[in-house]
Parts: sequence; structure tokens; C-alpha cells
Amino acid sequence: MSLQNLHNPDTPSSATGPNATGNGPWLSARGLFCERDERVLFSDLNFDFSPGDIVRIAGPNGAGKSSLMRILLGLSAGFEGELFWHGEPMAQQVYDFRSQLLYLGHQVGVKGNLSPEENLAWFSPSASQQDIYGALKKVGLAGYEDLLTHGLSAGQQRRVALARLFLEDKPLWILDEPFTAIDKEGVSELEQVVINHAQAGGLVILTTHHDLRVPVKTLMLGGQESEMPLC
Amino acid sequence: MLMALLKRDLLLAFRSRGDLLNPLMFFMMVASLFPLAVSPDPQLLGLIAAGVIWVGALLATLLSLDLMFKSDYEDGSLEQMLLMPQPAMLMVLVKVLVHWLVAGLPLAFIAPLLGLMLGLPNGGFMPLVLSLLLATPILSLLGAIGAGLTVGLRKGGMLMPLLILPLYIPVLIFASSSVQAGVQGNDYLGHMAFLGAYLALTLVVAPVAAAAALRISLAR
Repeated sequence: MSLQNLHNPDTPSSATGPNATGNGPWLSARGLFCERDERVLFSDLNFDFSPGDIVRIAGPNGAGKSSLMRILLGLSAGFEGELFWHGEPMAQQVYDFRSQLLYLGHQVGVKGNLSPEENLAWFSPSASQQDIYGALKKVGLAGYEDLLTHGLSAGQQRRVALARLFLEDKPLWILDEPFTAIDKEGVSELEQVVINHAQAGGLVILTTHHDLRVPVKTLMLGGQESEMPLC
Repeated sequence: MLMALLKRDLLLAFRSRGDLLNPLMFFMMVASLFPLAVSPDPQLLGLIAAGVIWVGALLATLLSLDLMFKSDYEDGSLEQMLLMPQPAMLMVLVKVLVHWLVAGLPLAFIAPLLGLMLGLPNGGFMPLVLSLLLATPILSLLGAIGAGLTVGLRKGGMLMPLLILPLYIPVLIFASSSVQAGVQGNDYLGHMAFLGAYLALTLVVAPVAAAAALRISLAR
């Protein structure tokens, strides 16, 4: 396990708890340990993610990237260790954490039987029709608002979900492989969106196999033990 | 968020009308095949009508339970729903409400017609409709627990009925005997009171249990 800080010179603090002040790290972990099928995915994992960070969780296939994300999200209970949100134990902060979270998973939850507009209307109920049309335009889906989503291509269907990045005002983004099925121009636009979000004081945690042209913190999983070298 | 979910799920239900009509067709087929197979004698049919209709309604509900969470599980929407800041049990309640509206309530509307077909004596119609109105929400609520527990299994088809049929038995007994009581001209309020109490109990317990079941299914 190695934690490289490419743009943030702060070294991760050791076993001491994260500080609880307003300017401290948002999401912290102490001594995370996860085991799948009697294989240790990671042990004694410590990190502090602060606003302005873009964190890339990297590692070969099967290194536990998605498992770590599910643990962070609170969807998986199969781990040991502690998670903190704004310096408080996660268990007491679930409501606050979830109301500030935007998560895009492998499966993005876009319904084929609904139009892009209808899909977004349930993800972000407070958004007006104008907002939704604007967001769809930004992901290159202008003119597709009323068509059923299952008629769109795989990349376009993912773009419907990506439109949420423009629509919802959530400071924490957790994105699992957000660039899958997106074309080259789309990827560079998306990178810019991620950078803008971090510069505006948000926190982005993502996994990707793309080479990012973005200054990121990399959290390497299974680096030393794996047989497959990483690029 | 919950209103948006309700709107979305109703819209989805009406976009896939085939899934919507399947349980209803099944219900009607069961009731219309019985006179052919048993006997067209109205006297005999009138005797078994209540039981036939209620068993048909129960099995039709069982058929449609798979739809409650399956497609949301497969496309990742269920994850998004469990990550909403609102408690998951409220989300389950919305899901149950939609299931009842599209799969339970129509049974109550169509049952008098089937009762007519099967020669149900006059006194039985009122308790039949009342018991269906009271008890189909119970079937949806209890079904949510089974559907939540088996949503992640590839071959959960047989497991779910085994899990929830025992919980359905009291509903079946009290509902069909309320119709019998009505046919015989007896008071059926006691049966209705029991169904009402069972509904109140499941309304409190089932959403919590189903939400926990969904968390277990998604934690893998």
C-alpha cells in the first residue's frame, strides 16, 4: 500500500484520530482492513481526504477498488477499522454524509423505459425542467430529452447519468469508472468538470483505468503484492 | 425525493403494461378454468368460489412480487435509493404502495366479476371486496421482505414463496372464512378486525424488515 501525494504535500497522519475542526479533512479512515475469500485486500489503510482533493483509487483488477468504494459509501459492512466524516464517526453522520454525496457506480441507475429528462427528474427532484435541459445540453444530449433512453447508445446512456454532475449541488463525488464508454472529447471535458469541482472546494474520489491529465492524489491498492505491474 | 420516486415508479409501471397485466390475467384464468375442470353446477361452485378466488389472488400477488426490486437492483437504481439521505424504510413503503396500486388493487376490483362467474352467493360479495381491499396491502408488505431478501439471488424464484407463504397463511384463512361467513349470513366483522390488525402490524414491521433485507442483499 502506498499513498503518493502529487499535489498535496501533507503526509497522511498516523494512527491519531483526525481533527474535528471545520477546516479539517472531510473523509478519513483509520486502520481499514478488508478481506475477501480469505485474501486480504488491504490492511491498516489510513487516509485523510480534504476539500479540493481529487483522489484516484488505483490498482490492478481485483485489488479491491470497488470494495473500498462500497465501504466508503456504507453499502458494505465487511470491513474492520473506522471511518470519519468531518472528524466525527461515520455512524453518527450518515444523514449528513448521504445528503452531500453524489455517487455514480458501475451501473448508473438509468432506466431504459424513461426518457433522459424523466430519469434526471427523479435523481434531482428539486431541479426545474430548464435546469435538466441545460445539464443534458452540457453532456451533448440536446435534442434527446424526450426519447426513451434504451434507444440511445451505451455512451449516451452513461452521459445521462453524468448530467447529474451539473445538476446536483453535492460537494462529495464518488465516481466508479466514470469514463467507461465515453469518447475522447467527452473524457477531457469530464476531466475539466472534475478539476473545476475540486477547485470550487469539492472532493472527488474516483477509479479509472484512463491516464488522467489532472493533478491527483493516488491511493494505490495491492501495489506491491500484485503480479501485474501498474502503468 | 419520495414523491419523485412514486411518480417514477408509476410511470415505469405504465410503460411496461405487460408486466402489469400478467398477474391479473393469471387471476382471471384460474377463476375461469375452475368451472370447466370441476363442474358447471352453480351450487358446488358457489361453495368453493371464495376459496378459489382467494387462492388465485394470493398466487397472482406472489407472481408479481419479483418485479418489486429486481430491475432496480439490476441497473443500479437500488444502490442510489439506499444512498438517499431519507431512511430506506420510506423508500420501501413507496415501492410497496406502487406494487399494491398496480398488482393488488386491480384484484379487488375484478374479484366481484369472478365471483359472479363462479356463482358466489349474494352475501359473499361485500366481504370478498372488503377482505381483498384490507388484505392485498398485507400481501404486498410481507412480499417486500421476501423480495428484498432474494433480490440478489440468481435463482431466488422458488425461495421467495417458501419464505413468505407461511406469513400469508393467516391472511388466507381469515379472508376466505370471512367470505364464507358472509355467504352463510353470519357476521364477518371479526374477520375484518383481524385483517385490519394484521395490516397495522405489517405496516409497522415489514418496511423496516424489508429495508434491512435490501441492505443485506446489496452488501453481498
